[in-house]
Amino acid sequence: MKRRTMETSLAGHSPKLIRSIERRLFLKQGLSLGALALLSGCELTDDEGVQRLLMGMSGLNDRAQGWLFNPNKLAPEYPESAITKPFPFNAFYSVDEVTLVDGKDYKLELEGLIREKKPWTLPELYELPQTSQITRHICVEGWSAIGKWSGVRFSDFLARIGADTSAKYIGFTCADDYYTSIDMATALHPQTLLTFRFADQVLPPKYGFPMKLRIPTKLGFKNPKHIMSMFVTNEYPGGYWEDQGYNWFSGS
Amino acid sequence: MEAAQAQWVKVHPLIVRVTHWINAFGILIMVASGWRIYNASPLFPFRIPNELTLGGWLAGALQWHFAAMWLLVINGIAYVTYGIVSGHFRRKFFPLTPATVFHDVLGALRGKLAHDDLSVYNAAQRAAYLAIIVCAVVLVFSGLAIWKPVQLQEITAIFGGYESARVVHFLTMALLVLIVVVHIAMVILVPRTFPTMITGRARRAS
Repeated sequence: MKRRTMETSLAGHSPKLIRSIERRLFLKQGLSLGALALLSGCELTDDEGVQRLLMGMSGLNDRAQGWLFNPNKLAPEYPESAITKPFPFNAFYSVDEVTLVDGKDYKLELEGLIREKKPWTLPELYELPQTSQITRHICVEGWSAIGKWSGVRFSDFLARIGADTSAKYIGFTCADDYYTSIDMATALHPQTLLTFRFADQVLPPKYGFPMKLRIPTKLGFKNPKHIMSMFVTNEYPGGYWEDQGYNWFSGS
Repeated sequence: MEAAQAQWVKVHPLIVRVTHWINAFGILIMVASGWRIYNASPLFPFRIPNELTLGGWLAGALQWHFAAMWLLVINGIAYVTYGIVSGHFRRKFFPLTPATVFHDVLGALRGKLAHDDLSVYNAAQRAAYLAIIVCAVVLVFSGLAIWKPVQLQEITAIFGGYESARVVHFLTMALLVLIVVVHIAMVILVPRTFPTMITGRARRAS
C-alpha cells in the first residue's frame, strides 16, 4: 500500500531520482535496524523473564549482604583534615528545589512496633547524648566524600522509645517525599547515628535539615534526609530508589 | 576407521571449553554493565557510549553486574581448581620465560608464529592466558574492595583505599579488554582455532 503511494507521488520524476530516494530509504531502514540491534541491551533488560531473574539475583544479594554484615565491624573514621570541601549535594532533585522544613513546628512521628509513640520536638532530640563521626559517604554512582556528622546513636534512641528490635525493618518517610528502609542489624550498628549537625553546624537544608540518618555501613541513598516519621515493621517497606530497581540492602 | 581417528588430536578438555564460553558470556555482561556504572560517575574525562553498555540505566547495570558476578566467580573457581588439581596449568602454561615470550610475541607481530600443534600453546599464548587469570583475580578483589569497603576494609586497604580501588578496577578491566581484543584478532587470523574451542578436537597437521 505504502509503496504504491510512494510510486504514484513520485510519478513524473526521473527514474534516477526515484532510485536515489529508494536507496536513501534503504539506508535509513538499515540504520534503524542497526540502532535496534544496539538497543538490544536495553530491550534485554526490559524483558519480563530477564527482569524476574535480575530481581531474584538482587534478592539473593540482599541475603548475602545480610549474612556478610558484621554488627561489630566499624567503618573507617578519618581526621578532620580529610573532610571533603565542599561536600557534594545529591538528591533526586536539584539543589534549588531543596525542601525547607520549619524547625519550630517540627515533630518526629513514631509508628509501628514502638512502645512510646510520643512525637519528638527538635529541642527534645538535641538534649539526648550526642556523638560525632567523620566517615566516608559512598554514593551508588561510585563517587565518595568524607564528612562530619553529629547526633544521637540510633540504637540508644531505639532503646529509649521502646522499639521492638526483634522486628525486621525500620522505614522512614521524609519531607521531600523520599522514603527508604533498613534492616534492624544495621539500625543497631554503633555507627548508625540520627544526626542533627553537619561539620559542627546545625544540619543545613541541603544536607537534610532537621535530621539525617547517617549510616556509614550503607550507600548514600540509604541515608534518609529530612526525616518526618519512622516506623518499625516486619513487612518489607521498600524505598524510593529501591522500588525502581536499586538493591535494597546496599551495604558497604 | 582407526586411521581416520588418528588424524584428530584432543586439544581442549570439556571442562576448559565449557568454562571458557561461560567466561566469555560473563565477561561480556560484566564489561558492558560496568561501563554503564562507570558513566554514572566517570573517573576519567571521558564517557563510554551508552550504545555499548548494558542495563539501560545505573540500577539496571548494577543488577546485571551483581548477577553476572556470581556466575563468573563460580565458573572461575571451577576452572582454576581444575587447572591446578589436574596439572592443566602446569602442562599448558609452563615453562614460561621472558625470553620465550619476547621471541614469540615478536614472531606473532611478523606473522611468523607457527600454530602446527594447537594442543601446545606458544609462549605468547601462555603469557596472555596467564595474564587473563591474573587480571580476573585483581578484578575480583578490587571489585570486593569497592563493593564492601567497610565489611571487607582489609581488602580495600590493600588497594590503598576506596578511591584507588576504583582506579585499579577500571584499569585492570581496560587491560583485560585489550588482551581479549588481541585474543579475538588472533582467532580471526588463525580461524581453525575457533571450532577447536567448541569441539575440543583439531586435525593433526600433516
